[in-house]
Amino acid sequence: MPLTEVEPFTATESEQREYHWTLNFGPQHPATHTTLRLLLTLDGEKVIKAVPDIGYLHSGFEKLGEDLDFNQYVTIVDRMNYISPVANEIAWHHSVEKLLDIELTPRGKYVRTIFAELMRIQDHLLNVGTCALDLGAFTAFLYFFTQRERIYDICELASGQRFHSSFSRVGGVMADVSLEWVNKVRAFLKGFPRAHADVSRLLNRNRIFIERTKGVGVLTREAAIDLSCTGPMARASGVVRDLRKDEPYLAYPDFDFKVICAQAGDCYARYRVRMLEMQESIKILEQALENIPGGPVNAEVAGKVSLPEKMEVYGSIEGLIHHFEMVMPNRGVPTPTEEVYAATESPNGELGFYIVSDGSNRAYRARTRPPSFIHFAVFPYLIPGHTLSDVVAILGSLNIIAAELDR
Amino acid sequence: MITVWAVKIGVVLGMILTSCAYLIYIERKLAAYMQDRIGPNRVGPFGLLQPLADGIKFLLKEDVVPRHCDRFLFYMAPSLAIMTTMLAFAVVPFGPTSTDPDEWQFVIAPGVDVGMVFIFAVGSLAVYSIILGGWASNNKYSMLGALRSSAQVISYEIPLGTSILGVVLLAGSLNLEDIIQFQASNGFLHWNLWTQPLAALIFATSALAESNRLPFDLPECEQELIGGYHTEYSAMKFAMFFLGEYTHVITISFLMSVLFLGGWHFPWIAEVGSHYNGVGAVKCGVLAAKVFAIIIFIMLIRWTIPRFRFDQLMSLAWQGLVPLSFFNLAFVMFAKQFNWPVWVLTVASLALLVGASALNGMRLQRRLRVGSVSSPALGKI
Repeated sequence: MPLTEVEPFTATESEQREYHWTLNFGPQHPATHTTLRLLLTLDGEKVIKAVPDIGYLHSGFEKLGEDLDFNQYVTIVDRMNYISPVANEIAWHHSVEKLLDIELTPRGKYVRTIFAELMRIQDHLLNVGTCALDLGAFTAFLYFFTQRERIYDICELASGQRFHSSFSRVGGVMADVSLEWVNKVRAFLKGFPRAHADVSRLLNRNRIFIERTKGVGVLTREAAIDLSCTGPMARASGVVRDLRKDEPYLAYPDFDFKVICAQAGDCYARYRVRMLEMQESIKILEQALENIPGGPVNAEVAGKVSLPEKMEVYGSIEGLIHHFEMVMPNRGVPTPTEEVYAATESPNGELGFYIVSDGSNRAYRARTRPPSFIHFAVFPYLIPGHTLSDVVAILGSLNIIAAELDR
Repeated sequence: MITVWAVKIGVVLGMILTSCAYLIYIERKLAAYMQDRIGPNRVGPFGLLQPLADGIKFLLKEDVVPRHCDRFLFYMAPSLAIMTTMLAFAVVPFGPTSTDPDEWQFVIAPGVDVGMVFIFAVGSLAVYSIILGGWASNNKYSMLGALRSSAQVISYEIPLGTSILGVVLLAGSLNLEDIIQFQASNGFLHWNLWTQPLAALIFATSALAESNRLPFDLPECEQELIGGYHTEYSAMKFAMFFLGEYTHVITISFLMSVLFLGGWHFPWIAEVGSHYNGVGAVKCGVLAAKVFAIIIFIMLIRWTIPRFRFDQLMSLAWQGLVPLSFFNLAFVMFAKQFNWPVWVLTVASLALLVGASALNGMRLQRRLRVGSVSSPALGKI
């Protein structure tokens, strides 16, 4: 239905009745998974109105973006959507590289694409898992968590950190990937389809799961567009939009993959879209992994931007100066005085960064466009008329990461 | 006589409490194996002392009583929870019994003619503990859990009772020992599971709902209601609720094996007429094995499927189980009246089940089709 028909915030006659009661859902609650709060007005078990309340995890990420330089800020972006950290780094440096007008090397593009897709799988794994967990199916959650561990291992091998990898750098990545790493990703690709099939068999045709998710939290195509939903949320409602195809970046034009869409727009459709997207990501990964081009992984832009090789630093005066210029806080790269916005298709939807630069080596303003924030605003439109049990089903299918809500 | 009773009661209570503790351990291990994990393995060999450690932890934890709760009822609820479930074991036979009072009886109170009624009476009291706990906690989540639970237990009591009535009619007695005797003396093919398959299914489903186990654990569903009725409980009071729940699981497993699986009877090994040394122990073992198998089955269900929504739970009871159990009962009545052979009952049961499934499937199809008109949501993907 069009949005004009949905007026969740106007008090109807039935709403003013005395027997309605208020339930404080969160900020600490098992189903919110992080700290977010919903003020629910209930008629028995039926939810009449929901008011989302954010701000319980405010940590000043965007403000820090004005104090840290483009490379340092990567450690902060990691912590925004901590379910798929490297996807945030890639989005951030995508914007920075647009600002600095840097073209990545082919190898750098491929490595980043592989990481972006691994992160997509990682994010969907957790989301599908928690969605099932919220409905009481604990086993599916743990089947997928085992696979997440494999991806953590892959991140650890590449960057030295399992969780917040801080792997991306302006103009490339922290370190080139090794053959051992490639083999590790191959092993993951080999083992993953089995876990995927296990969970599909557990949930896809499970009568209880279908009854709990089909027709629950229906987001129509018009509403999805009006409320600027992106990613799996929008695609499950029939909006055909995927930045990987629409505004190709990194190495995506090289690969053959489908954009998964559904028409229903309910929790089940969102679940299925995420499940199928993981399979597409596997396809992309297989193509990317077997075709990684050689050459340097970091882009050379007048010998600046990315850190020089260690041997170069110790072996030549130019390298030493280059390194000095890069790491000293008052030095760094001159940047154009410009404003740019660039977005990537993060697992959750369009993740964009809007950078205002004043010519120094750090942003004057680094605004984030987080998908969770926009999707959480959709929640009050989805819930009226459903029961309290559906709150967790819908909340789970929206994939809301509180750290991303309160930058 | 009194000392014999005291010893029996002591042995049974000790056995149940210990097996509860170890059932929790088994459940955790089983869940771990199902979920690709290792499970408890820190305390003792293979984590075997884990239940002991848990017990000590429960005893030593701070016992928080929130200021806003009704203290008397708050204390009463967990004790009721454990008491009512324990009481049911007074009439549950653990092994062979006989009418001769000089023989050893494997039951605390032998020869209670209203055994089934007694179990139902005390079993229904268990809902008081949940309601009182939810009410006394003075917490919205607890209250919701308590309300859900009362509705659920009352609804599922009806199919539970009606499904058993068929068995009772066939055996001609409410006495659990007589029901076993009836199945045992007629042989393996007269186990109520074969003559009353539908009743067994309804009983299993309703009993799961009665004991608040997944997929019917709505009163305490963690993801919606945090802890449900026991949100505010901690330390030993929480442990008593927990023990009560597990005891309930043991009770329904015993009932299931007594009512439908022939109790201690097993072809060739433990027949009515078998007389060899230690036959009593073997019969006890057979019954224990059946009970254990059912408990494991209940655990497997818990870790496999998601939980129902409240309205779905209610419609399952009132639209599915209640009419089916009544039809089933009607068939048994006819069979008794006109002396039909027992296999007619099996056929009738299965026909009812198939018919109900087909009807349900058609209704689902229709609902999905109608749904696709009113909202674009259903049945598209």
